[in-house]
Amino acid sequence: MSKRPPELAVEGLTKVFPGTRALDDLSMSVEPGEVHAVLGENGAGKTTLLMILSGVYAPDSGRVLVRGEEVSFARAQDAQAAGIGTVFQEFSLVGRLTVAENVFASHLPTRWLGVLDRRRMAREARELLRTLGSELRPDRSVASLDVGERQLVEIAKALSLRASVLLLDEPTSALSAEEAATLFEVLRRLREQGIAIVFVSHRLAEVFEIADRITVLRDGRLVDTRRRDEITPDDAVRLMVGRELSVLYPGRTEETGPARLEVRGLRSGPVGPVDLVVHAGEIVGVAGLRGSGRSRLVRAIVGAERRDAGEILVDGSAVRIDRPWQAVGRGIAFVPAGRMEEALFPRMSLARNLVSTCLGLVTRLGIVRAAAERRLAERLVRRLGVRARDVEQLVQTLSGGNQQKAVLAKWLALEPRVLVVDEPTQGIDVGAKAEIHAILRELAEGGLAVLMISSELPELLGMCDRVLVMANGRVRGALRAEEATEEQVLALAAGTAGEEAA
Amino acid sequence: MTEAVRRLAAFRELVLIMIIVVSGIVMSQLSEFFFTEGNLRSVVIGMVPGAIIAIGMAVLLASGGFDLSVAAVMALCGTICAYLLSEGAPIPLAIVGALLLGALVGSGNGVLVTFLRVNPLVATLGTLLVARGLALVITEGYNISNLPPSFVQLGQEGPLDLPWMVWIMLGLVLLADLALRHTRFLRQVYYMGGNERAARLSGIRVDALRVFTYVFSGTLAGLAGVLLAARLNTAVPTAGQNLELTVIAAAVLGGASLTGGEGTVLGAALGIAFLALLSNALTLLHVSIFWQIVTTGIVLIAAVSLDMLLRRRQA
Repeated sequence: MSKRPPELAVEGLTKVFPGTRALDDLSMSVEPGEVHAVLGENGAGKTTLLMILSGVYAPDSGRVLVRGEEVSFARAQDAQAAGIGTVFQEFSLVGRLTVAENVFASHLPTRWLGVLDRRRMAREARELLRTLGSELRPDRSVASLDVGERQLVEIAKALSLRASVLLLDEPTSALSAEEAATLFEVLRRLREQGIAIVFVSHRLAEVFEIADRITVLRDGRLVDTRRRDEITPDDAVRLMVGRELSVLYPGRTEETGPARLEVRGLRSGPVGPVDLVVHAGEIVGVAGLRGSGRSRLVRAIVGAERRDAGEILVDGSAVRIDRPWQAVGRGIAFVPAGRMEEALFPRMSLARNLVSTCLGLVTRLGIVRAAAERRLAERLVRRLGVRARDVEQLVQTLSGGNQQKAVLAKWLALEPRVLVVDEPTQGIDVGAKAEIHAILRELAEGGLAVLMISSELPELLGMCDRVLVMANGRVRGALRAEEATEEQVLALAAGTAGEEAA
Repeated sequence: MTEAVRRLAAFRELVLIMIIVVSGIVMSQLSEFFFTEGNLRSVVIGMVPGAIIAIGMAVLLASGGFDLSVAAVMALCGTICAYLLSEGAPIPLAIVGALLLGALVGSGNGVLVTFLRVNPLVATLGTLLVARGLALVITEGYNISNLPPSFVQLGQEGPLDLPWMVWIMLGLVLLADLALRHTRFLRQVYYMGGNERAARLSGIRVDALRVFTYVFSGTLAGLAGVLLAARLNTAVPTAGQNLELTVIAAAVLGGASLTGGEGTVLGAALGIAFLALLSNALTLLHVSIFWQIVTTGIVLIAAVSLDMLLRRRQA
């Protein structure tokens, strides 16, 4: 190792918010040409760290050093000027503008009188994208790009001010496995160019694929920094959680009951025809790349998308489901992928959220009884271990994992027969993940049929009894999850393998 | 101290009541006419149409909806009621006819917004023009007067020297407020306004509920038209110009939000009461009607800005 100072270092960084020490005396460093992953549960301080490094928050104490020189940022632009580019979890692109205009949004090149120099902008954008290994045309509108391409434009934008440090917050959370692989190619390329990369992610598998060093945070403190070959994923989980995590995936079922949910010849837009069966006690996974139609399929089953043809049977009898309320009436519960967008009422209390599906249970003569509402909410909170101050807490102030538990909890009082879950553990920390997994298995053991979508293959293979693999709107194969490998699933999903049955 | 202020601000109705009481006390010092029976009586009677329309608006705003057509529907229904009466229709029939017309216009709004996905602002602006235009077409621009005495009673006589329309308003405000707070059916309105997609996926019949909220609002606007005609012994096709904006302002003062999921009937009605009082006070202080409009605007902006500030500190 040279005596050169690290590209980016922090020393004794502390940031206090009312009620919590978000960061507590944190020191770490990132070398040029290194991918440094930061792991930790929600609330461990990862986001606060990124916010300080990108100039959004000022630290209460401690120093930030770029190439050995102390810097302080009053605004986000100062961090960019110091060579630190950031890609936040939420996309920051403007859909109606072109790729080039987005890349140079903060410092558009101009000629005299402030006239835009489009030619120079396009040329520089193209060069920048080439260094990322992309041939994306700079004059395309961002609205026409897919999610993976947008992520690339975000990175180009972050690097557009000659950044030597790139901060990435959960960069793969919106990407399919394929798009994530492309992103990692780009990161490797940047690493070769000597860029220092800070990579924040919940997904252990990808952290171990791409990172050179791994830093684990817990409760705002540094737990440890290790080289990748000095730590196993299990160690990482232990360090993050601070206790033995019993199991990330619970056991599987030995035997299943009768068919609970049956779908015959279902078509919805480009999806179908699809047949599938989920038995009582069984967890069936649906795998597929983005655009394979897996979300559309389950949404058509629960009446959230138009169904063009096909039959749905619950416990052997055909049911009519054209609208979500009909599915609810038949005992089909649906947990959609976007917690805040489609499942929760953010400005309402936890109690109000929990009774939203089952008002009838707390109503007498048309009047909602406040005491019964509270009792039911408290029962559900206890049953799923939702951690909240009390049931009057606003649901938007809960952590992601607890919000997700609330989404599951709101269906339980109805005692559904079928549970359809789309990305049930997206963006939540590993401890909450394990809890959600255990809940799903427990529900299945109670006789529910569970149909589950996940972008994370290890999760699907670890959780499910069977996995259906979709591509181009059709089910291309069914695998027994216990024996299946990720390669088998990917081959089916990419359409390179023939049909298989299990 | 700040905690107490926040709690108080959270209970919007109480704050409004306090403001109304305080401004009442101040006014009684400034003008000897203010605290007289005749003045207060005319304030209360004057606010009836607005308060009845505000009931429907509170429910609509809570659901994430919006209705600009209410004042025009009020004028149209009052006109139709008077027209039916002048043609010799029995009083109950004329009233029911006017209410049904209000419901019909409301269902038109509901269908446009729910199934054709027309923006509520545009849809109800369209029905505003249609309703106002029809009222003028039917009357050829003239007022319809000399209504049957037993109809006019509704707006002029009643127990405790207050006309029936005041008692109808009080009863409806109370009932609707309790219903919106406590009934299962109307609780769904808050879910729809809080997050329509989540409400739909939670099994709430969002489309039917949305149409209902517009029908409800239209029917109440029809009732306001009937009562106003009774009060004036005349149906005025141009009645209630800009009343829709006053009602929306009042609902927002009372805690409603244009993004939905919030607000109460009582809050909206108190908002109307406050604006009526304000306008009365300015009249008694010989402020011109033009300045009154300016003042109403300033009060609305100040109240909502203060509310946003308090909420941001809370968050």
